[in-house]
Amino acid sequence: MAVLVIAEHDNQVLKTSTLNTITAAQKINNEVHLIILGKDIQTLSDTSKSIHLLSKVLKCDNEKLENFLPEILAPIIAKTALSYSHVIAPASTFGKNLLPRISALLDTTQVSDIIGIENENTFIRPIYAGNAISHVQTNQEINLLTIRPSSFEKCENSGGEATLEEITFIDSEVKTHFVSKEVSKSDRPELGSARIVVSGGRGLENSDNFKLLYDLADKLNAAVGASRAAVDSGYIGNEYQVGQTGKMVAPELYIAVGISGAIQHLAGMKESKVIVAINKDLEAPIFNVADYGLSSDLFQAIPEIIKELDLLNQIDS
Amino acid sequence: MKLVYFIEIQMKVLVAVKRVVDYKVQIRVKSDNSGVETQNVKMSVNPPDENAIEEAVKLKEQGIATETIAISIGEEKCQDVLRTSMAMGIDRSILVKSQNSLEPLAVAKTLKKIIEKEKPDLVLMGKQAIDDDSNQTGQILSALLNWPQGCFISSLKIEDKKVLISREVDEGIEKLETSLPAVLTCDLRLNTPRFASLPNIMKAKKKPLEAIEIETLDIDIEPKIKTLKVIDPPTRKAGVMVKDVKELVQKLKNEAKVI
Repeated sequence: MAVLVIAEHDNQVLKTSTLNTITAAQKINNEVHLIILGKDIQTLSDTSKSIHLLSKVLKCDNEKLENFLPEILAPIIAKTALSYSHVIAPASTFGKNLLPRISALLDTTQVSDIIGIENENTFIRPIYAGNAISHVQTNQEINLLTIRPSSFEKCENSGGEATLEEITFIDSEVKTHFVSKEVSKSDRPELGSARIVVSGGRGLENSDNFKLLYDLADKLNAAVGASRAAVDSGYIGNEYQVGQTGKMVAPELYIAVGISGAIQHLAGMKESKVIVAINKDLEAPIFNVADYGLSSDLFQAIPEIIKELDLLNQIDS
Repeated sequence: MKLVYFIEIQMKVLVAVKRVVDYKVQIRVKSDNSGVETQNVKMSVNPPDENAIEEAVKLKEQGIATETIAISIGEEKCQDVLRTSMAMGIDRSILVKSQNSLEPLAVAKTLKKIIEKEKPDLVLMGKQAIDDDSNQTGQILSALLNWPQGCFISSLKIEDKKVLISREVDEGIEKLETSLPAVLTCDLRLNTPRFASLPNIMKAKKKPLEAIEIETLDIDIEPKIKTLKVIDPPTRKAGVMVKDVKELVQKLKNEAKVI
């Protein structure tokens, strides 16, 4: 049976996490379908048909789906799920919020936050903030999975010729009303899928000093991240938090600035290919996972790095 | 004769609490790869569950909640996290005794049984347990009860029967309005859990703690997922310290080739 991927999107474009999830789905079965639920999603559904690995796009378009309330989405997906062997969503706050409700409706145990797929019923997932890796097997009629987007490449979003099918909207009586969403607008790459991430911790001391980090990030075309300590101290918004209870990232280059490196933070970034740590405290545990460590005052080091990068750019051009 | 009826508005809050390996403990994988060592290891209240306890106690202090109850599921020793909850201000506790570790679906079914009996107006718990990091139980419970769901909340306001929450989502903050009864899961930023004072720890020893055997609840707790093995994560090769920014940038360009 085919695998069903739940699309994460904003009613206009798919989030990168959806493309990572499709790659994961392909490792289970060649036939992958995508279900898109939202409001005014005709254009989104049409463009999704060309995703390389998809054979079918299922679309459910209704104004009540605009804000993705799990109480409304879950019954529709649960009904559709009956004809699939696996239903997969990204382990983003969207997927985490939604999939367990489907698990309740289908009386099926979900496997969360998968980082590796051995075969159609054996999966690898981190536990204890990634301090142990668990290999689990599930052979239920319908297998519900969330996958960690940073552990799977994103698939090509062109070259495919999927068919499009409408599915019926099922209305649920819902007592929850959407009020608002405060989204931070930024021209920088998405934290979850950026090639380079520059993260700041308590060492930055205040929100004004984070500007230093933004300057460095812009030089490198990097996303900005933060430790929980920095978010808790109000230096930067929660959407930037990297770690066990924040976002999981695995960029090619992760630069940790003024971050001590609590295990809860390491859980979110230690899969990065190259890690740089800049901290004046030589004892900081972040140096134990860093490929390159620089023991220095960040307020001197960051402007110097920016200067060096400018020099490099001049030489290159 | 004229009778005057005083209708007292009841608002019961149930908090689900999990006993987990303390967050400061260095995790050790068992040598037979069957799991993580939990014997002779410091155990504590799951950190975001502490935020749930704090919020329940605050609601009682504000006169919004009339009774607060903590519940834990697991071995006899889970009493200690319930005593901690009561030392923080929870009124009474329920321990559902189970020898086996339960999957989130089974935990939610157990909670549902207790909720049908206790009839709370609000259920609070942490957004995830820091041992298996599943992040499922609150969502499943809310669906089983067909109650509104509010996950990863960083603020909560209850006015009359209206519930206003802020949810921490990947894009920022989402605000929702809903009603009671509801299931809410708490983020670490919801509040700052209090420390239990010594007099309150003493008082908590006298607060009621009811124990129930899970078998008496008649629910399916069979695991549906089999753990094949638990292994150590790959370790990173030790890196190098660079002497200055110049060397760092050169290494990133010429050695790591990432800039």
